[in-house]
Amino acid sequence: MAYEPTPMGKDIRASMQRRPSQPGKIEKAKDPRLAMARLLNYLIPYKVQLMLVTGFVLVFSLLGLGGPYLMGLAIDRFIGGKDIPGLIRTAALMLGAYLLSNIFQVIANWLMASISQNALKRLRAELFAHLQTLSMGFFDTHAAGGLMSRLTNDIDAINQAVSQNVISLLSGVLTMTGILIAMFVLNHWLALASLIVIPIMTWFTRFVATYTRKGFRDLQKNLGELNSVAEEAIAGQKVIKAFRRNDAVIASFRERNDAVFKAAVYANSYALLLMPLTGVLGSFFVIVLASLGGWLALEGLVSVGMIATFINYGQNFVSPLRQLANLYNSIQAALAGAERVFEIIDTAPEVADLPEALPIKTIRGDVRIRDLQFAYTPGTPIIKNFSLDAAAGQTIALVGPTGAGKTTIINLLTRFYEAQGGVIEIDGIDIRKMRKADLRRSLGLVLQDNFLFADTVMENIRYGRLEASDEECVEAARMAEADHFIRQLPQGYQTNLSERAGNLSQGQRQLLSISRAILADPAILILDEATSSVDTRTELRIQKALLRLMKGRTSFVIAHRLSTIRDADKVVVIDSGEIVEQGSHQELLDARGFYYRLYVSQFKGNEI
Amino acid sequence: MNDVKKLFHFVKPYSRKALFSLAMLVAMVALDLAVPRLVARIIDKGIKQKDMAVVLSTSALMFFMSAMSACVAVLNSNSSIRVAESVARDLREAIFVKIQGFSYGNLDRFSTGILMVRLTSDASAVQRLVQVSLRIGTRAPLSMIGSIVLMFVTSPTLALTMVPLLLVSAVVIIVFSSRMEPLFRAVQQKLDRLNTVLQENISGARLVKSYVRADREAERFGGANDDLTDGTVKVMQFMSSMSPALTSFINIGMVLVIWLGGVQAIGGKLSLGQIVAFTNYLLATLNPLIMMTQLSNTWANGLASAKRVNEILDAEPDVVVTVSAEALHEPVAGELRFDAVDFHYDGDSGQTAQAVLENICLKAEPGKTIAILGATGSGKSTLINLIPRFYDASRGGVAIDGIDVKKLSQDSLLGHIGIVPQETILFSGTVRDNIRYGRPGAGEEEVTAAAKAAQAHDFILALPRGYDTRVEERGGNLSGGQKQRVAIARALLERPSILILDDSTSSVDVETETKIQAALDDYMKGSTRVVVAQRISTVLNADTIIVLDQGRIVAEGKHKELLRSSPVYKEIYDSQLGGGSRELRNLRGGERHGL
Repeated sequence: MAYEPTPMGKDIRASMQRRPSQPGKIEKAKDPRLAMARLLNYLIPYKVQLMLVTGFVLVFSLLGLGGPYLMGLAIDRFIGGKDIPGLIRTAALMLGAYLLSNIFQVIANWLMASISQNALKRLRAELFAHLQTLSMGFFDTHAAGGLMSRLTNDIDAINQAVSQNVISLLSGVLTMTGILIAMFVLNHWLALASLIVIPIMTWFTRFVATYTRKGFRDLQKNLGELNSVAEEAIAGQKVIKAFRRNDAVIASFRERNDAVFKAAVYANSYALLLMPLTGVLGSFFVIVLASLGGWLALEGLVSVGMIATFINYGQNFVSPLRQLANLYNSIQAALAGAERVFEIIDTAPEVADLPEALPIKTIRGDVRIRDLQFAYTPGTPIIKNFSLDAAAGQTIALVGPTGAGKTTIINLLTRFYEAQGGVIEIDGIDIRKMRKADLRRSLGLVLQDNFLFADTVMENIRYGRLEASDEECVEAARMAEADHFIRQLPQGYQTNLSERAGNLSQGQRQLLSISRAILADPAILILDEATSSVDTRTELRIQKALLRLMKGRTSFVIAHRLSTIRDADKVVVIDSGEIVEQGSHQELLDARGFYYRLYVSQFKGNEI
Repeated sequence: MNDVKKLFHFVKPYSRKALFSLAMLVAMVALDLAVPRLVARIIDKGIKQKDMAVVLSTSALMFFMSAMSACVAVLNSNSSIRVAESVARDLREAIFVKIQGFSYGNLDRFSTGILMVRLTSDASAVQRLVQVSLRIGTRAPLSMIGSIVLMFVTSPTLALTMVPLLLVSAVVIIVFSSRMEPLFRAVQQKLDRLNTVLQENISGARLVKSYVRADREAERFGGANDDLTDGTVKVMQFMSSMSPALTSFINIGMVLVIWLGGVQAIGGKLSLGQIVAFTNYLLATLNPLIMMTQLSNTWANGLASAKRVNEILDAEPDVVVTVSAEALHEPVAGELRFDAVDFHYDGDSGQTAQAVLENICLKAEPGKTIAILGATGSGKSTLINLIPRFYDASRGGVAIDGIDVKKLSQDSLLGHIGIVPQETILFSGTVRDNIRYGRPGAGEEEVTAAAKAAQAHDFILALPRGYDTRVEERGGNLSGGQKQRVAIARALLERPSILILDDSTSSVDVETETKIQAALDDYMKGSTRVVVAQRISTVLNADTIIVLDQGRIVAEGKHKELLRSSPVYKEIYDSQLGGGSRELRNLRGGERHGL
């Protein structure tokens, strides 16, 4: 149930640092086609723009092909024919074709950037909106850190694929087709010779990719092991030092480090094989064209300009082939990421409000709980037949050992989880028949972890009631005994907690939480008292603030402080999900039951 | 620049291999640059002269050379990989060893997260920097220079016309690259902002739900999302304009060559083959320029990482062990003394540092238990960390058996001190491995004896595989109290002369805590115990209780004395237990059978 607020994203930032995609990391989507289809859905609103982009890409790819053709023409007809005006005309035409091609390329890129980012924005917004509807159970079962890094990495993978690849894929395919057609039109012998390159290239790429992927997978595994050894050793350095195990730890690190080295050399050696191999292939291609072309030229079958054109085409033909291999990996990663994002979007939201749910305006705070049943996992009930009454304004202290089910009661009251049996009524209305928003607005929560936002102190208090004025916030802080320490902060109420939320003590954080709850002015208060002790002065302030907060409200307190328990109207002792005793502190002590034993063990020794 | 020099230190052991790699690179560039000249030869000498022998022999030569070039390239990449990966390995090891030598003071300045980033991403960034330098980073300028030279050789007049073009494109590249970095940084900030909102939303889900703030959250996220999208679109548009812009320069160059070269060729001053060769060289000049812009990122990141890594490598350990260190005299009695000890963090900037401990004087006789009580931040943990020299006192001295700890060797010092730290850290491995962490060779009976004293034996036996149960990451499969008890057993196994328990029973219930204390009286007979606690029940039976408040000792004595004499102690007592004891006494009345 613990969910720790991590200090603002250092780790996240680290994980966000872009790394070049490594083939070994590629995960495949389970159903790539479905993921692709759903991803494409986000592009549908930009149908028209996408068609424009396709048009532009077509134009710039074709214009790009015009250049080499014109060059060949210039060499043969005008240089060979010693026609200077014609040469200049052709040169101007070439320049025009090239520049136009580049301009169209820029336009296509600009359009695509806007399309892809806006589509991505919609995906992020949808994901976030959906997160808001998910039940507390989802957040309790997904660790914040893991969820966070998953979301950022997955979205990033999609981003990389969508923003960079659509155009290169389009233009690559178009250019290749265009070149093929042009070559066949110009000279089918040379074109046929050029075709040999495709199977060789494909084979090379596949050969290298197989080993590279295996190598990187191995490297990834070794790196993972190294990192876990390192992380454990760094986090536990103080203990390692205390037990003088540094040498042993260094030795085991060295061993893993060496394994990483070997794996890295292996993987990279294969990965870097691709470049020289394709390089050789490229020049092989040029050589084939030159020698075959030379022979054909000698026979008078082709012109010198044609050879130049072909060499130029040949170079343009190989590079998209090389890119396609990279594209494939990046698209795979994107699809795997998309699948996980969709998995979250597909997670069923919290139980919806009943259609007949009535808006609730004011709540007095009479709470009646009958025969409550609940289990997080079927078969292990946490709450069994729990019944409890609280009159408006009463304070109920929930007491019991860890795991007794105290927090669960609170989860059910707030409808973070839905009870599986029994009923909770507030002012006589079943809470399931209320709108969740109304219910929660009438409840005020002060929890142990005192979550604060990376914002100013003022805004953190105002979170309790967004329309509250500055004066009201300050007044709430004053009531919560927080005003005093806030004024001592560097910028008082305007102090930003983003960087150094950590420099507030637990007690101070709690006082801010209380301020927030006071400002919200709920009819019912739910309080999970902090177990960790704070310094005596702050402790006294907290007690005073809590008393003020509880006054006039129905309060449920998971109590750890003796003073709270003693002042409660009713102490409810819970064990294994059931109420074992209830009554006032004194009554329970007199009864010499479970509470008495708990109390004695808690405060043992004080009889001295 | 200094950082690069330090980096060079890591390359030095592999300098021969690095030089070999660079030599291969030069060979590769030379071979590649020869190809266009051979093409020119085929055209001019072969086709024009209708000499098939020249065509074939030149082609054969070209093929041979490109095969050579590939071999050389493979040699280059393999040696550069080895150098770069060796550097990365050595760097990781150096960082790791350095961290292992850190004292608490150093660790306070670097979080685990940061150190991990240094060890992983920063080391890889440096590795990429080295590898790039040995490959494309050197190859690109080399082939650029070579191409320019060969352009001049092929046709000086044509080459001269290319000079302004090259200069302009160089300027454009510099302008693009210099504007890229700030744009990227701005987007990164927007991304961080978005992630912060998301992170807070996930971590604070309970709060968001209970205050029904989904709308406000969506608004916050929406704002950040819009910002990020706008920023990213801008960067992408900027970036995607660069490549067409540079391609335009290449294209203009090609057109110029065809035009001017063509005119010259018509005049007979230039051959067709030369024109073709020239265009190839032109391509070979500008392409590396484009590549360099992509490399500039790798360079910048690598240098920034090198700098950050150096911060770690240059950090001086706060605690320095003297060379002529002594060992404690056996048998060690465990008498402990603090003599007017002051401590403040950041020893070097004395004026800003606030004292954490002030004028601490205390003495613990061998075999006695001394307890330190105080609120969070009162300096308790710091105080006990001075004993094993995790920190060094800023003034005054800490002595064991009359010898200043600063004069002791770390081995001897730590060998006689058993510590149960506040934060329970267990390691991956079995429960048994964890208990005998300090002495992997310890026998079975020793392990169980220590576990029994720590009241851990019973629950360990109840685990699925007893002592062989594997402890999950961060002890996930054990409760807080169980972890603490394993940590206590771990410290006990060493049979230390001084045992330090830093709030190490906070998650253990009071009943078990009492049992542990009783067992320790027996197990640790004769050794000194220092117990730090927040909970008053932990300290009740100590021989001496010291009350710390804001770094000073405000009271000292036994429980009963302190209740009477120290208002601070009384205040803590009341706030924790309230009138509980009185009530209990009244309640129990005469039923108590005395003490």
